[in-house]
Amino acid sequence: MSGDEVSTYLDYTLGEPVADTRAPAGPIEQRWDQRRFDAKLVNPANRRKHTVIVVGTGLAGGAAGATLAEQGYHVVQFCFQDSPRRAHSIAAQGGINAAKNYRNDGDSVRRLFYDTVKGGDFRARESNVHRLAQVSVEIIDQCVAQGVPFAREYGGLLDTRSFGGVQVSRTFYARGQTGQQLLLGAYQALSRQIAAGNVEMHPRTEMLDLLVVDGRARGIVARDLVTGEIRSYTADAVVLASGGYGNVFYLSTNAKNSNATAIWRAHRRGAYFANPCFTQIHPTCIPRSGEHQSKLTLMSESLRNDGRIWVPKAQGDTRPPAEIPEEERDYYLERIYPAFGNLVPRDIASRAAKNVCDEGRGVGPGGQGVYLDFADAIRRLGRDAVEAKYGNLFEMYERITAEDPYRVPMRIYPAIHYTMGGLWVDYDLQTTVPGLFAIGEANFSDHGANRLGASALMQGLADGYFVLPPTLNDYLARHPLPAVPADHPVLTETEAEVEDRLNLILAVDGDRTPDSFHRELGELLWDECGMARDEAGLRRALERIPRLREEFWRRIKVPGTGQELNQSLEKANRLVDYFELAELMCLDALHRAESCGGHFRTESQTPEGEAARRDEEFGYAAAWEFTGTGAAPVLHREALDFEYVHPTQRSYA
Amino acid sequence: MNLTLRIWRQAGPDAAGSMTTYHVSGISPDMSFLEMLDTLNEELITRGDQPVAFDHDCREGICGACGMVINGQAHGPERTTTCQLHMRHFRDGDTIDVEPWRAAAFPVVKDLVVDRSAFDRIIGSGGYITAPTGSAPDAHATPVPKEAADTAFEHAECIGCGACVAACPNGSAMLFTSAKVVHLNVLPQGAPERASRVRNMVTAMDAEGFGGCTNTGECATACPKGIPLPSIAAMNREFLRAARG
Repeated sequence: MSGDEVSTYLDYTLGEPVADTRAPAGPIEQRWDQRRFDAKLVNPANRRKHTVIVVGTGLAGGAAGATLAEQGYHVVQFCFQDSPRRAHSIAAQGGINAAKNYRNDGDSVRRLFYDTVKGGDFRARESNVHRLAQVSVEIIDQCVAQGVPFAREYGGLLDTRSFGGVQVSRTFYARGQTGQQLLLGAYQALSRQIAAGNVEMHPRTEMLDLLVVDGRARGIVARDLVTGEIRSYTADAVVLASGGYGNVFYLSTNAKNSNATAIWRAHRRGAYFANPCFTQIHPTCIPRSGEHQSKLTLMSESLRNDGRIWVPKAQGDTRPPAEIPEEERDYYLERIYPAFGNLVPRDIASRAAKNVCDEGRGVGPGGQGVYLDFADAIRRLGRDAVEAKYGNLFEMYERITAEDPYRVPMRIYPAIHYTMGGLWVDYDLQTTVPGLFAIGEANFSDHGANRLGASALMQGLADGYFVLPPTLNDYLARHPLPAVPADHPVLTETEAEVEDRLNLILAVDGDRTPDSFHRELGELLWDECGMARDEAGLRRALERIPRLREEFWRRIKVPGTGQELNQSLEKANRLVDYFELAELMCLDALHRAESCGGHFRTESQTPEGEAARRDEEFGYAAAWEFTGTGAAPVLHREALDFEYVHPTQRSYA
Repeated sequence: MNLTLRIWRQAGPDAAGSMTTYHVSGISPDMSFLEMLDTLNEELITRGDQPVAFDHDCREGICGACGMVINGQAHGPERTTTCQLHMRHFRDGDTIDVEPWRAAAFPVVKDLVVDRSAFDRIIGSGGYITAPTGSAPDAHATPVPKEAADTAFEHAECIGCGACVAACPNGSAMLFTSAKVVHLNVLPQGAPERASRVRNMVTAMDAEGFGGCTNTGECATACPKGIPLPSIAAMNREFLRAARG
């Protein structure tokens, strides 16, 4: 097929600016109080007349579903997993930040706010971030009341530890399974509401489109993954808590089934997608072992508290680590960043690892790894203390690699881990489609261009437990929402579109599997839109992705039918959205000709090789409007004002 | 490695199933068991056959989605989840039997996929602490002795995979249920609902059709998270305590 027949875009049009109109003016400390006071309330007796759809049951969705049901709303909730307990939040290891200052080490709401804005490289909205820091304190209280077994000191009080990018000890944790314990807390609260009949739970059911009626989000179209039944569910508001889109890279630390379809279908129906190129690469993952690799496993960043990262000073040094003497090792993070050492933020640690590997000093198969060494910590603290802190992580490492990290340094390499970009939302967490809210990783709100460690759990629970419920209340109270009749044309048309797309995929009957396309797309993105990006590479990707999409529609092979459990069909259907998303990510990365946080443009760096922001030109969030597959999107800029934290070049030296 | 696989294939809940034999070659010892099945499925799809359906998600041993009986053992020969079982634990030329969880309370959905929603209903019957959002006192208002916190954590590690039920000759869910009862009942925050929790959860467990416990101990041996067997005794004590009132 000649290139002329494939529609591609390398450009965009500039639309009207977009702005948050919900955060009140006034001192930042008072804005959330003021917003809650200004919000209209729904009479408790009327709440049960309102139906709210929540898509996803992770920290954000589980917390929101439980809380809205407790308040009296009728919640209809969905997850594609067989149980709400399996959402990918469960895999978060390290911890959750909160400005409790239990350590008396100078922490405060103000400092958490400051650290988050700075860590995000000045690409987040100050009002939102400050609220997150305020609410963080309540999250810990809520979780303890639910029975979340956080780590404790012998006096019975909560233990904390420090995490990358900060100098206080504000991270609460439950061994290396903090996400699991927080999620089970939310899941148990949700289960109570399911049993009480306040939440109608649909497991193994995947959202495949958004219903927009008279300009408002009024429901979703979803497919029962067991029977294949496609049907509409209507509601007064829709909350997307469907997580991030890291799996567009195929290899990532995300769960295999985490996907972008819910947010992408919403984007196609009018919700702006903000900062898609802001993806986070986690510095401490287990390197890939071969072509068969199906996912990458993260080792908690908390390991950087006690592990020392190094590579040999000489290129191509293939000696086993124990035979490399101290003076021939380069503890490069400690050398380059003496103040933060091994605890620099994730983007900096990742890029530094890539740099030493690019220099030919990487270790392990293919030279794609660096050592994370616990020998000093074991000498200093004893093996037992190290085991108490990290035992389960060491076990996991040994199980995967068959190497014992108590004796041989771990090998780590960066991998895609989290996506800061997502659906654009205002201070109320409402998207540009009225009645459609996005919470947790699905939105773009709080982390700017880089998320700090232990802040994803904080944001998911903040949004779900504390932020969304009052703002959703306000939306429901302010707008008349007449019932949508079951035979409304929007429902039947949207259902038909969903069904047609699945049938088209099944009809191709080509010769390539969904995974083979996904791997190819992922490798392309990793090479051109991964840890370092440049104009030429992004232009190459923008040429190649549409061709891959076109090839998909000629060669995809999905056996079976749509009327049964068909996991290949699920994968192929998600891929259709990944192609379009990947294109937008590359365009966003191309247009943002600066480096900031996780987005590193090689053309924009300081003489020391650090990310160089260009605030005058790019001090905004980029919110993209969809105009059609393969058609140039419209860019709406949200100007970011920094009243409280003044943009400086980040320095962790 | 070259392997012979005998896999349970079943088109749907009401269809008859059978063991079907496949051969896979070029398997790397560093592959996980699921990556080995991915390799098989890629071949099956390319041939136009239906791939083997199995539940999986995080592939790092924490979500609890995956689980299959491998050579007669839940999650196979290592004490871990199926996704964290690596092919280095098998030998070139091996024949491996792969079956779904077998239990009356876990009906087969398709191939190796089973319906474990009974677990969700057990949790919904009492596996929580009633603490509506916003009602919590400061986290340090009630210190929790480290010993109690550690016991709670040890039991809270359960991932709900169902291996305990699959390994039990009676298809009992005692270990799953006791893990949650103990987690919440040892904490001061869980004390007010201590009696009703254990009563309701045991009642729900029985209603779901799980078998009784005969102290075989296979459950704790199969558990990838090491939930200890005495957990069941602790739940029995809680149950008696609740019955006495």
